[in-house]
Amino acid sequence: MSQQPVIEAKGINIDYRIGKKWLNVIRDVDLSILPVQIHGLVGESGSGKSTLALGMMRFMADNARISSGQLLFDGEDIANYSPAQLRTLWGKSIGLMPQNPLASLNPTITIGNQMIEAMMLHLGLSKNDALKEAEALLLKVKLADADKILNRYPHQLSGGMQQRVMIAMALSTRPRFLVLDEPTTALDVTTQAVILDLFRELIISEEAAALYVSHDLGTVAQLCDYVTVLYAGEVMESASVNDLYAKPLHPYTSGLLASLPGSATGDQSRLSTIDGVAPSLVERSHACVFADRCPVAIDKCHTDKPPLESIPNGRLVRCWRWEEIDSGELIPRNRPAGLNESASPRENYVLDTQSVSKRFGERGLFDRLTGKEPDYVQAVDDVSLKIRERSTLGLVGESGSGKTTLARAIVALTSADSGEIELCEMPLSKRLNQRTKESMQNLQMVFQNPHDALNPYMTVGDTIGRTIQILSDDYKTKKSREKRVAELLQSVGLTAEYATRYPDQLSGGEKQRVAIARAFATNPALVVADEPTSSLDVSVQAVILNLLKDLRAQEGASYLLISHDLEVISYLADWIVVMYLGEIMEEGDTQDVYEVPSHPYTEALLSAIPLPDPTVEQGEIRLEGDIPSPRNKPTGCPFHTRCPRYIGDICKDQDPPMRDAGDGHMIRCHIPIDELIVLQAQAVRGGE
Amino acid sequence: MGRYILRRLILLVGTLIVTSLIIFALTQFLPGDVARLILGREASPESIAQFNERFGLDQPIVVQYVDWLTGFVTGDWGVSFSAGNPRVSTQVIDKLGNSLVLAGFTLLIAIPISVVLGIIAAVRENSWVDSIVSIVSLSVVGLPEFVTGVILINIFALGFGWFSATTPPFSELETLGDWLNVLVLPSITASFVLIGYVTRMSRAGVIDELKKDYVRTAKLKGLSPRQIMFRHVLRNALLPTITVIAISIGWLIGGLVVIEQVFNYKGLGSLLVDAVKQKNLPVLQAVSMIVVFTFAFSNLVADLLYALLNPRIRLS
Repeated sequence: MSQQPVIEAKGINIDYRIGKKWLNVIRDVDLSILPVQIHGLVGESGSGKSTLALGMMRFMADNARISSGQLLFDGEDIANYSPAQLRTLWGKSIGLMPQNPLASLNPTITIGNQMIEAMMLHLGLSKNDALKEAEALLLKVKLADADKILNRYPHQLSGGMQQRVMIAMALSTRPRFLVLDEPTTALDVTTQAVILDLFRELIISEEAAALYVSHDLGTVAQLCDYVTVLYAGEVMESASVNDLYAKPLHPYTSGLLASLPGSATGDQSRLSTIDGVAPSLVERSHACVFADRCPVAIDKCHTDKPPLESIPNGRLVRCWRWEEIDSGELIPRNRPAGLNESASPRENYVLDTQSVSKRFGERGLFDRLTGKEPDYVQAVDDVSLKIRERSTLGLVGESGSGKTTLARAIVALTSADSGEIELCEMPLSKRLNQRTKESMQNLQMVFQNPHDALNPYMTVGDTIGRTIQILSDDYKTKKSREKRVAELLQSVGLTAEYATRYPDQLSGGEKQRVAIARAFATNPALVVADEPTSSLDVSVQAVILNLLKDLRAQEGASYLLISHDLEVISYLADWIVVMYLGEIMEEGDTQDVYEVPSHPYTEALLSAIPLPDPTVEQGEIRLEGDIPSPRNKPTGCPFHTRCPRYIGDICKDQDPPMRDAGDGHMIRCHIPIDELIVLQAQAVRGGE
Repeated sequence: MGRYILRRLILLVGTLIVTSLIIFALTQFLPGDVARLILGREASPESIAQFNERFGLDQPIVVQYVDWLTGFVTGDWGVSFSAGNPRVSTQVIDKLGNSLVLAGFTLLIAIPISVVLGIIAAVRENSWVDSIVSIVSLSVVGLPEFVTGVILINIFALGFGWFSATTPPFSELETLGDWLNVLVLPSITASFVLIGYVTRMSRAGVIDELKKDYVRTAKLKGLSPRQIMFRHVLRNALLPTITVIAISIGWLIGGLVVIEQVFNYKGLGSLLVDAVKQKNLPVLQAVSMIVVFTFAFSNLVADLLYALLNPRIRLS
């Protein structure tokens, strides 16, 4: 059993040169990976996980160095390899699967010509042989039309196809060690599931060792055999995936797992959070790096750094109190402070949209001269939805489903082509410049990326104050506005001092809180939140989700919440609407949508969720191919081209009926509700 | 791609129509009476009327514009006001040829030098090499052409005597040596300005590209720095530079007024200055149109070249 690790870091330290100083960013890391093993590397942004992962390939920025430690590849120390020596390893025995496949491919070179480079260089193949091999590899990663893809350019492929090309390219020389650096973050959950299956399969068949870097504890649980948790450049804990998720020994690991939205079950309606922020790399003390945020820190933790201990079951842990945690004497838990006021939805509707449609594609000068019809894109097609007061409607769908366009049409950032929008029972104009001040007070938006949503040249106080000044009829004086800004900042858990800061001085989570405070400045009846946590770390996401829940109770607002993350949706939403290619496929009470029966599309989405529990198998339904282009929308049921439950020509030819599954739970499918129940109940039983 | 080219061609025609209107309008607003200026203060009202009739200056402005434009398009650019009344087309095309030779020679010198300098500076970003390239290229941009021109004449023509200080008539240029004698110094002077801009552009382009993820992919394939630069980086990095070069062609054709004066080089620039001085309207209009056309056309070529080298545009 004593296999030699493919790659092994022993006490590795990586430093960056900032000005004239060397800054130690990766400290004393031990990490080894055996053949056919997928090792997960988990950490939040700033933890140094990408630096470490690339460092394991001996790939570093020009201003970085390995200051001490050994890096053994097949038993040989490559820490001091020269650039020329490294070039014999890179692309041959060591490969990378990057986060952003489009940016990682050269935009002006065909796929085929990019794929053959490594094979010609390292395997000595001729151009023709390499191209043949490339075609075979593309088939291996399940790309149909491999011969055509070889002649395409990267931008002509979808995100999922680009990532498959990267996989094929990395595997072309049968490498021994692969680094997967967040390879599915840019993909939809349905595509992610397919790609992860492919990884698992190929790493086993190629007998490679892989390091899988991710912030997503769900995919790590489903994919990895072993996990290392990194915090502020140090290993906190390392264990087999089952041990780690079943019994985390480090308080940071427990904190991360508890902050997942799926972990709030039953009446515990708030998520656990980890207080404070990660230390910057400059100010790292000689104490335990996590001590300041640890719920169970004792005096010793603040003065002495705990060693990375090897403990039974091949685990590593860096904590003074792991034995107490192991024996069950100590349970590290950040109990969320304060309980939610209950906020049950009211009967009347805050938003009522009827048959909203939006298509893109203008007839330009050229089209008019040639009399040609432009390619219209029907982004939103005849969508009606209602949101009750004090409730949250969750809008779900893959990218390209039209969910963001619908949200933008509601807040009039884009004008709907047709349909009616009513807010608080008052009709709203489709154009922003025709909307009343009152309607704008009542309808606000929180954007996906807080880094771009705040004006970098305005202080937080000015940003929020300006919204109040323009939209609100109260707070006429500067003083009263400042007071209101302070109140708002407090309501999102920030102190009044933040008013004088600029966005650059805030962390991602703080920026999103400011954006939320701004949205609530005018006591809106409805807040549209477009992926409000997708650019944030899990522990920060938990804070924001709690905050949104609290504000709903305190301010009596309603939300239109858009997310691709079904766990986030299920935590906040009372009612769920599932969209596909601009149309509603299913809607209903959250509970009902997540259970049998559901629309085959929803079923596939749910099946693709990687659950953060290695003992629970992921669902087995996978969607083939990509979401079709809205330019040539399929006839009949828009989902029929990918539907795993396709029943025949009727799906292709006829628009499916909306069927009522009870309590307003509507499913748009040709399969009758009773049959769906039977089919899906079988699938659930079969999967267990 | 075909649709793209067609659209660009329609735009080109539109641009030319609008600029022809502007040029025509502007020449109408020049102060002073053309006939009197040409014929002299003593001219009789009859001869002035005759002059105006002969050159169509008594027609309504709209008619004058339409006549001029149709004439221009069909190659009849009218008769010059200057002595002997030569045809405008022969006068202009003669000088256009001289300008094109100068422009071509300048590009031949400037482009390779500046692209190579830009690449070297980019690869050694922030090193002393980069600093020297930056300082030199920026300072030659800053020097006015009449200063560099005069300095070059003093050193290489008057000092070393490698080139003759006065330009002989173009009709007497026969051998390549004769042409080089005339071309080298003005080309170098014009190159200085170009080298500054193009070096900065190509440096910035290469630096931007080197930071991209696909360069990391290429490094991790085990490719050498040279292979990465030539196979992967340059093609992407030099795309923006092509646009700058194209715009500079327009400047080289019509904007070398100062350099042509300093070296007594008979190009379009000096013809333009003479035409303005003499109120030689037909020549002024024709030269302006030619310059505008060169600008628009070289931009079109740049756009097409950009599209051809960039599959994201070519295949959309």
